[in-house]
Amino acid sequence: METLTNTPKLADRAYNIRRNALRMGEVQGQGYIAQALDISDVLAVAYFHTMRYRPEDPSWEERDRFLLSNGHYAIALYAALIEAGIVPEEELETYGSDESRLPMSGMASYTPGMEMSGGSLGLGLSIAVGIGLGLKRKKSEARVYTLFSDGELDEGSVWEAIQSAGHYKLDNLIGIVDVNNQQADGPSTQVMAFEPLVEKLQAFGWFVQRIDGNDLDAVVAAFDAAKSHPAPKPRMIIADTLMGKGVPFLEQREKNHFIRVEQHEWQLALAALEAGRQA
Amino acid sequence: MKTVRSAPQPGMPRPTTSAMIASIAAEGQKTKPAPFGHALVELARSRPDVVGMTADLGKYTDLHIFAKEFPDRYYQMGMAEQLLFGAASGLAAEGFMPFATTYAVFASRRAYDFIHQTIAEEDRNVKIVCALPGLTSGYGPSHQAAEDLALFRAMPNMTVIDPCDAHEIEQLVPGIAAHQGPVYMRLLRGQVPVVLDEYDYKFELGKAKLIRDGKDVLIISSGIMTMRALEALQTLKNDRVDAAVLHVPTIKPLDAETILREAGKSGRLVVVAENHTTIGGLGEAIAALLMRSGVHPPFRQIALPDEFLDAGALPTLHDRYGISTAEVARQIKLWL
Repeated sequence: METLTNTPKLADRAYNIRRNALRMGEVQGQGYIAQALDISDVLAVAYFHTMRYRPEDPSWEERDRFLLSNGHYAIALYAALIEAGIVPEEELETYGSDESRLPMSGMASYTPGMEMSGGSLGLGLSIAVGIGLGLKRKKSEARVYTLFSDGELDEGSVWEAIQSAGHYKLDNLIGIVDVNNQQADGPSTQVMAFEPLVEKLQAFGWFVQRIDGNDLDAVVAAFDAAKSHPAPKPRMIIADTLMGKGVPFLEQREKNHFIRVEQHEWQLALAALEAGRQA
Repeated sequence: MKTVRSAPQPGMPRPTTSAMIASIAAEGQKTKPAPFGHALVELARSRPDVVGMTADLGKYTDLHIFAKEFPDRYYQMGMAEQLLFGAASGLAAEGFMPFATTYAVFASRRAYDFIHQTIAEEDRNVKIVCALPGLTSGYGPSHQAAEDLALFRAMPNMTVIDPCDAHEIEQLVPGIAAHQGPVYMRLLRGQVPVVLDEYDYKFELGKAKLIRDGKDVLIISSGIMTMRALEALQTLKNDRVDAAVLHVPTIKPLDAETILREAGKSGRLVVVAENHTTIGGLGEAIAALLMRSGVHPPFRQIALPDEFLDAGALPTLHDRYGISTAEVARQIKLWL
């Protein structure tokens, strides 16, 4: 189990997760890299500050569960699982290839540490409700974390789960919604107006925090508050993030759900990431 | 284009009831109340991992019996079938064995992707138990699950069960609990006919059972159509037709060995009878099996038509669509 509390170390972790993701992107020449870069800070805090787990035993009974509802973020989670020592680093080169344990869309049956099969969006929170109920039945201290995307808020099933988590007062469920305001057909708020999100979730009985998801101190504080909040309510962290974060030319690229990166740009991106770290 | 029906003419027979919940038991037939609910309570006494879940249909799937006995092991998920099956996957992931109930239409048509992705793909130990299978409601297509078997047969990892009566339901609850993996089970609820107890029948997962032997025709059937076939035997006998009945409660995986053995006996017409559309159910499964295996008996199907079924009283509809006892006998005589 790893628990590091000092933010500079977390910055290193976030850097390594971004770097792993870019290296995987280069293997296939594609991937949801802009999303991976935007969520790396959240994953760094989740895996190196907040969650309990054993890298050598991904199904350790007392681990915190992490559900990746937005299966297309798999490249980001693999990057974190590699950094956490759950997936060996050398498998990075197999990303998206035949026989790889790292398919482009996350699936539980492929990858150690992957707790659900995503891809079809809007599944994660419903599973999390069942896991939350199951952990309580077992009187387990473990928590269930669920990462999902703002586009998934369009799915009715997400609100079924949000309503039931409030009904069952699942204080062991921590949701993280990545608001990068980009989904397949355009800016999420334009595709389907989901604001005011804080008020909506509060009305459903959740303890809600909204933070800059690329501010490590804010992410740490939000996870800490989500764990320690005394009310018997499920907890939601709304993380506003910047797609492409950490690679300036990708941050500035015209926003798209699936950002195109030319073959020669992967090395440039890695260099830009490195330069940003030293700055 | 959708056309609106004509109004009933004076003198036309008055419709009886097109209620959502109608009993499939005939007048005076021997029945048992809520066999699933009672069997689940019995199972849960020795299996602490059993939990019950429903989407606002506890009372209508006989799960209320379990809820009353084990209130802290019962999860009401509200009228939200996608959540029901997603959460069932989560509880199964934590080592529990959820029996999740709703109507067959909602599990198969509304929550299909959730069952496919969160239960079947991950091979979770969830038992999906669904009332109103096939044509067992007169309420119209919203509650008539004519295609549920086709949909769940097509799903990898899924075991599919279509029981005949209360006797079988009591046996298959522990039977499917002993099987590790997802199961879709059609449910008969309320006052459920008891038929198979008179035939020394024992349910075994994956096994077809010859209930009656006969030399002229082999009726292969599942669910309530086995009851119909057995009821039709007397009429057929009066017309000197000697019929065998092979009951196939496990639709998937199919007991190919027994089916091929019985269908391969020469000189018999093979009739597959199912409470399901002609498309993708037991009939087509057996037809494909026979073709693949080079067994080619004369073959007929008794099944619901490929159309949206009418609302109406169940006896009327079962006659109209050829799955009543009288219609089973009539069609078989016609084909011989």
